[in-house]
Amino acid sequence: MIEIKNLRKSFGDKVVINDVSAVMEAGKANLIIGASGSGKTVFMKCLVGLFEPDGGEILYSGQSFTSMEEEQRKELRQQIGMLFQGSALFDSQTVEQNVMFPLDMFTRLTYTEKLKKVNEVLDRVNLKDANKKFPAEISGGMKKRVGIARAIVLNPKYLFCDEPNSGLDPQTSLVIDKLIYEVTKEFNMTTVINTHDMNSVMEIGDHIIYMYQGEKEWEGNNKQIIYSKSKKLNDFIFASEFLQDVKAMRMLEAEGKVPNGKNGSH
Amino acid sequence: MNFFNHFGRYLLMIKGMFTRPENWKMYWKELMHQCSDIGIGSLGIVVVVALFIGAVSTLQTAYQLVSNLIPKSTIAQIVRDTVILEFAPTISCIVLAGVVGSKIASELGNMRVSEQIDALEIMGINTKAYLVMPKILASFIMIPLLVIVAGVLGIWGGRLAGTMAVILSREEFDQGLLSGFQPFSVRLALYKAYTFAFIISSIPAYFGYFVKGGALEIGKASTTAVVASCIMILFADYVLAALLL
Repeated sequence: MIEIKNLRKSFGDKVVINDVSAVMEAGKANLIIGASGSGKTVFMKCLVGLFEPDGGEILYSGQSFTSMEEEQRKELRQQIGMLFQGSALFDSQTVEQNVMFPLDMFTRLTYTEKLKKVNEVLDRVNLKDANKKFPAEISGGMKKRVGIARAIVLNPKYLFCDEPNSGLDPQTSLVIDKLIYEVTKEFNMTTVINTHDMNSVMEIGDHIIYMYQGEKEWEGNNKQIIYSKSKKLNDFIFASEFLQDVKAMRMLEAEGKVPNGKNGSH
Repeated sequence: MNFFNHFGRYLLMIKGMFTRPENWKMYWKELMHQCSDIGIGSLGIVVVVALFIGAVSTLQTAYQLVSNLIPKSTIAQIVRDTVILEFAPTISCIVLAGVVGSKIASELGNMRVSEQIDALEIMGINTKAYLVMPKILASFIMIPLLVIVAGVLGIWGGRLAGTMAVILSREEFDQGLLSGFQPFSVRLALYKAYTFAFIISSIPAYFGYFVKGGALEIGKASTTAVVASCIMILFADYVLAALLL
């Protein structure tokens, strides 16, 4: 579990994160959503320590990350996996070497043991026969899967995903979402996902935080989001007329004014 | 950003490199990889530059020494001293600033822009120690060796050009080569090589490590790194010559 208390971050005069508090629970997909420039990436970078917050506190399973010594942070970071927007794979290394890298650096396993572990996680993300390929030789979706495999190879307690679906087609996005969701449940990880993909929000949003201009505007889950009264959230989520119609239909269904389409009753 | 800001961040980067490695074996592997990249990767250009500089030195020295009162072996003496004291360390290192410096800056810049450095940081790796330190150490090991190779080949190139152009015989060249030789010249060349090695590796590493933006900024950082390294090499060359000669 990650607890965030009154987090603040500014760049010069510009306040990017303003007094945000939240609790990210274990075994859940915690989504941070918001328009571009709303501060969600900075928020995530503060959580993982890539940016130092100006104020507030971040607690990993009760341990204060913000007041930790660098050595303690290093140890904690070995329990953190992160999937980057562009996958951030090492260009000069093969898929196998990329996934093996954390094992090479932080374990004393033999090569055979490491290879076994690498093959296990690559199998888990449904990537077979790609071990010897370089990142430049695989598709965007495959890169994301390699990124996930590298992030989970050390069995981390915390998984961070920055825009995991950016640049992917809707179908591949769903596959990646499902994969992240499955590994979250399987390893009981605290997963934090930055996204503005509405499919992800509706599919895997166990816990959703909507950020607006650096502030937490709304918090709930994918069931509650449909019925949210927040105008800013509704403007963001249901931006198109089509989605507004979907929302209106869902509301009517919930009120029993129209038959539920999922039951096939009409 | 002004000069003092850059200099302060540069010093902090250097200070940040000195931590206990997370895994000695991985750091050793990275050091060997860098030694191969910097040393073997630059050998070809250093050989070509050294041979031609030595050859041109002989021809131009002979062209300027028109008096019959000066023995021809003097040409070899002049070539030897200019190659050892100046051409081998300084010219080779200016070339290396272009070859090695731009490679270091663009490699680190690309890693920064594509979030590979962030990925390493998240894993709990000190990226200054893991990415920058091996490049500086590899330069300390390989660049003085390249300077020695450049010195030997420069003199040999001069000897070859001298005999091919019938300016002086091999015996006359060898006689000049050995007369009045001061071993301190070699020591000074090595002092220069170590100083330049640090400049060639650390300045481009700084510009690459802190790059922000995209492909255009990587290109700019690479160019700035090479220009800054060349200026610093020439400045350090003057300071060392003024202090030690």
